[in-house]
Amino acid sequence: MAVDANPNPAASVTALRGFFDGDVWHSFRSSPVAIAAAVIALIFFVCALFADVIAPHNPFDLATLELMDSLKPPAWIDGGEPKYLLGTDGQGRDILSALMYGARISLLVGVASVLLSIVIGVGLGLLAGFVGGRTDAFIMRLCDVMLSFPSILVALMISGVGRSLFPNAPDALAFVVLVLAIALTGWVQYARTVRGSTLVERNKEYVQAARVIGVGPLRIMWRHVLPNVMGPVLVLATIQIASAIITEATLSFLGVGVPVTSPSLGTLIRNGNDTLFSGEWWITAWPSLTLVLITLSVNLLGDWLRDALNPRLR
Amino acid sequence: MLVFILRRLVQAVVVMLSVAFIAFMLFQYVGDPVNNLLGQDATEAQRIALRKDLGLDQPFPVQFARFAANAVQGEFGISLRQGRKVSALIVERFPATLELALVAGLIALLLGIPLGVYAALRRGKASAQLLMAGTLFGVSLPNFVIGIVLIWMFAVELKWLPSFGRGDVVSFGAWTSGLLTRDGLLHLVLPAITLSAFQLTLIMRLVRAEMLEVLRTDYIRFARARGLTDRSVYFGHALKNTLVPVITITGLQLGSLIAFAIITEQVFQWPGMGLLFIQAVQFADIPVMAAYLCLISLIFVVINLGVDLLYFAVDPRLRVEGKAH
Repeated sequence: MAVDANPNPAASVTALRGFFDGDVWHSFRSSPVAIAAAVIALIFFVCALFADVIAPHNPFDLATLELMDSLKPPAWIDGGEPKYLLGTDGQGRDILSALMYGARISLLVGVASVLLSIVIGVGLGLLAGFVGGRTDAFIMRLCDVMLSFPSILVALMISGVGRSLFPNAPDALAFVVLVLAIALTGWVQYARTVRGSTLVERNKEYVQAARVIGVGPLRIMWRHVLPNVMGPVLVLATIQIASAIITEATLSFLGVGVPVTSPSLGTLIRNGNDTLFSGEWWITAWPSLTLVLITLSVNLLGDWLRDALNPRLR
Repeated sequence: MLVFILRRLVQAVVVMLSVAFIAFMLFQYVGDPVNNLLGQDATEAQRIALRKDLGLDQPFPVQFARFAANAVQGEFGISLRQGRKVSALIVERFPATLELALVAGLIALLLGIPLGVYAALRRGKASAQLLMAGTLFGVSLPNFVIGIVLIWMFAVELKWLPSFGRGDVVSFGAWTSGLLTRDGLLHLVLPAITLSAFQLTLIMRLVRAEMLEVLRTDYIRFARARGLTDRSVYFGHALKNTLVPVITITGLQLGSLIAFAIITEQVFQWPGMGLLFIQAVQFADIPVMAAYLCLISLIFVVINLGVDLLYFAVDPRLRVEGKAH
């Protein structure tokens, strides 16, 4: 970010400096919960990111699947094999490898939809706060309406509309619809936060100064106001990643999420759920546990970040 | 005051109209209804006749007006997948969802309020800390994972409770109830607990926060100074004043319960509206989707409107503000 171009560098880097400030680092080191959450989140992120390198098997390579190996329990239980540490599913897929690939898809969808909702939310929030008047009233009414429906319902609706518009959509399009469905439910929080801070910022002297020297409104919004309202957005984004991952998993569990050819954690839980009654608990237990650990650690990190960056709570 | 109510009413009508419009667009333009009804082998004359019959040859506003008029009467056509009238399907499924949501709401209230009070009174003690840590899990655990864990524990391992469907029901005309048979009640236990988990933690945290707030006020100190017993101070004076926000939130959450029931119903194969809707989304059964969309929006708009008006009745400050405008 071109900080030196900003007329008020002191305020613009406050949020960023907050991260590297001794205070925040100290608060991180002295919070065992934050460290534990960060370590757990990091492990999962690395496993997911490098799934094709780390994973012991390739769960999508049909040639390596052997039906003889199907429904093996985890290695430490009778009948388990050390080759399949966490057991195998009904088609002989190694659960550990499927988990890594699944976590990758879950994280990808989660991060992509959070990025998209940041773009939408921050854009609309800036516009509402900066322009004001009817535009502001319209965007805020829209937010009210969105907030009065639970997000999972809105996501389901959008995914349902997408499905009926493109009944035989290719996988890539299905992903786009899914990311769009989650992003369109998440942008409201950013819009409200950014609008609030923009209302404060737009009356400050540096904005007036920029206006006086003839900087256009779009440029003021982008170069001057935006860097000063991004602090809370970063905190919100951390927490929203967890809820985006949960929404994705829920949609996939309901069978309207990711395409079946690329199973996410939610799909794995859905598949395992069918075999729960015949005693193969491990097929559904491991993806559930992974999902819970990822969302819990990201949530805890988000909570810690919020407290650490907010001096009033310190 | 009239202005406030009118503005809310207009907003509600605009929301309902836009929802109806989305539903209508789905209905008319996604997939060809004529093709859906006649199949591929129909002659051109048959198509034109049906097009005329359905009113598809008329201008757009007329078509929308007709759709809206039908929707108001609960008429959404015929389910593409099940070949039955959508209104009949919904009427059949609605009682299951409503019973599930009401029982879940009741569990959340009856457990959430005492646990919240407990957590507030024992603040700082280990038991209360543990309880609050537990609520963190309730918030971050995805709802369907809670359901799966409950099924695994109580249905698969312990074999205490059923985990599939609604069990025996008693019918009263169009209404079916599972609350009056032992089997129906047993089937209700696990889904209701699953559905209530999130609201339970919400209510508990809210009651605790409100309770801590109230316990700091002067009238509580005064009540203590008068020598009233702890019991009378906590439950007679403090709790009463925490309940107003709790009840409004619970009222608002009833809509969420009905919406979240979609997930619970899928986990437990509960034959409610949510399951109907999920199947409709999977198979792109547009009439059912459109009907569910309109119905659930109506429920939400009515609840929100009701709560707004209730606030107005309860909080005199809003009335004064309304006059000043």
